[in-house]
Amino acid sequence: MKLKGTQILLKALEEENVDIIFGYPGGAVLDIYDELYKSSMKHILVRHEQGAVHAADGYARATGKVGVCLVTSGPGATNTVTGIATANMDSIPLVVFTGQVPTGLIGNDAFQECDITGITRPCTKHNFLVRNIEDLAATIKEAFHIARSGRPGPVLVDLPKNVMAAAAEYDPASIKIRNHEPAYRPAFKKMNNLLEMLTAAKKPLIMTGGGVILGKASDLLTKMAQKYQIPVTGTLMGLGSFPGTDPLWLGMLGMHGTYYANMAVSHCDLLLAVGVRFDDRVTGNIDTFAANAKIVQVDIDPSSINKNVAVDLPIIGDTQAALKDLIKFLDEHNYEFDKSQRQEWLDQIDDWREKVPLSYCKNGEVIKPQFVIETLYKLTKGDAIITTEVGQNQMWTAQFFHFDNPNTFVSSGGLGTMGFGLPAAIGVKCAFPDKHVVDIAGDGSIQMNIQELATAAQYKINVKIVLLNNGYLGMVRQWQELFYEKRYSHTDMTYAPDFVKLAEAFGVVGMRATKPEEVEAVLKEGLALDKPVLMDFRVSREECVYPMVHPGDSINNMSLGSRETIN
Amino acid sequence: MEKKEHIISILVHNKPDVLARIAGILGGKGYNIESLCVNTTTQYEISKIVMTTVGTQDIITRIENQLQRLVDVIQVDDLTNVESIHRELVMVRLNLTPDRKEQIKKAVDTNKWKVIASADTYMILEITGDQSQIDFALARLEPLGIADMTRTGIVALNLEN
Repeated sequence: MKLKGTQILLKALEEENVDIIFGYPGGAVLDIYDELYKSSMKHILVRHEQGAVHAADGYARATGKVGVCLVTSGPGATNTVTGIATANMDSIPLVVFTGQVPTGLIGNDAFQECDITGITRPCTKHNFLVRNIEDLAATIKEAFHIARSGRPGPVLVDLPKNVMAAAAEYDPASIKIRNHEPAYRPAFKKMNNLLEMLTAAKKPLIMTGGGVILGKASDLLTKMAQKYQIPVTGTLMGLGSFPGTDPLWLGMLGMHGTYYANMAVSHCDLLLAVGVRFDDRVTGNIDTFAANAKIVQVDIDPSSINKNVAVDLPIIGDTQAALKDLIKFLDEHNYEFDKSQRQEWLDQIDDWREKVPLSYCKNGEVIKPQFVIETLYKLTKGDAIITTEVGQNQMWTAQFFHFDNPNTFVSSGGLGTMGFGLPAAIGVKCAFPDKHVVDIAGDGSIQMNIQELATAAQYKINVKIVLLNNGYLGMVRQWQELFYEKRYSHTDMTYAPDFVKLAEAFGVVGMRATKPEEVEAVLKEGLALDKPVLMDFRVSREECVYPMVHPGDSINNMSLGSRETIN
Repeated sequence: MEKKEHIISILVHNKPDVLARIAGILGGKGYNIESLCVNTTTQYEISKIVMTTVGTQDIITRIENQLQRLVDVIQVDDLTNVESIHRELVMVRLNLTPDRKEQIKKAVDTNKWKVIASADTYMILEITGDQSQIDFALARLEPLGIADMTRTGIVALNLEN
């Protein structure tokens, strides 16, 4: 039997086990929305297309499944670009469906026409323009396969209006698509090399990244580190891939990493980097990064190897398969480490940890943003999924909330997209309605997608916003303080809405704390309410994120804020 | 590390935007394409792109890796590192002005250049060869007055699989 394009789309989504779409209707997708009206597919109407992509992204990061959005042509499509680029930088699997003008009008500058496949070519893993109804079903199937295979990423499918109105046979069982899963061949020789390197190493260190979470390899990495007593540091994207409360965990490394993690990287003699791409915020000065170490890099994408950091032993493969092989290999070859030597290394790290722990100047008068996050951690006992915006709020979260499980820290790492946290939290909460889902936000970022409060209110998506409100674009202000002699050029955001009233206007509960002693009560009440809540914490205005490696410096040369610089 | 010209052969799925993807990823990452030749292979659905670019071995490896990431790219080979044969083709139009007519005819005979079109007023030559042969021929043609010319990028084939 022949089905219309719109029917094929919804059937194909069911085939892919899609249970929720984040979208926004418009002229070119009216037919699809008409079909949705008749279907049982869950659809969340966001208030801006960027919000749809971030929500689908949050859903994907928290579930490990493919996130799905649907928007109209022209401006609907261009509004998705920031969201797509965000997902692309962090390798998040999404399928974004955009409406398009009828094929006969493409190229004619029709109303709400834009070349969205051309625009998104550099920021998608792949994209498609479906020109024939006969190609529709296979294209959708291939789009999902590409999004989730290998190094995942966003895929855009552009759907011209006339194609969706046309009809074709639909038989999901007969669809054949190309395989895009890269072949992984465990290399005995490489495993043997690694065994030799591990045996020779006196001060080994594991560096875990987003690839471990994407590869669902957190358990394996944890098992390996614990069994062989190898300390672990992580990138921002790697938070949660190793338990944040394990004594072997050193916290994040890099620009705002812990002193002890950066010292460990600088002194280790073997760095086993798993699922990372050595971003400049992580490495600091490349020439001195892990200068004393042999570097082993495990990654699924050959283009990530030797890109920024020269690697002694590259292992190309997905983190799960590679770690499984490695653990088996070490077991079979009875890898043993010198226990006293290892203890010496761990003791040295503990000395660094004691010398400069993560801390901040506590204050009884004004609320410290770090204190808010610590209290949130204490109250939730860490059992929450946290999203962040970008800037100081994001770095303090990475430092002061401890993530024990993968997929519980949802943040825009690579692109650093302000306005990500609220819509992402909405996406997460749709997947985990019974979990605490908290967006730790800044007053600058939250205003970028504040309209999504209406989405949360409409669908009773009970996300909590912990707003660290300092009246500044805090991280930019911090750089202006440190590197531009306090010339605060256009970073003062004192002129802002009354966030409590704003929340209430949207139908969201608004709360406020202005003194440290109010913080716990506000958080407690806010978390307990079965409603979306925005909690406005008036925090100390000119707090800086420390420790900090100045841009371009070596990561062991950290500025510690009120303390002296310690090398 | 030394920069040199590399000839990269790329097998791709013959899709309308595949060239845009390849040009886009190289341009976007800051790599320059020096020359380019594209056509279908024995299978219409698969095209071969032969591209030259200049860089150190590190850069070339990065380019190969970036190309491999593209969904429509099937295979990437650097023909610089294997035994391969290279050709370019150039077509040259010479205007047969009265003062040069005889000189041109003589030069064409002497050099055994292939004439593919001619009339009273012009003559079009086709010359194939590797890069240095083409450069050499063009140097000889220069004094005869090249009215117009078009030169392909390099095509290359490895001698053995």
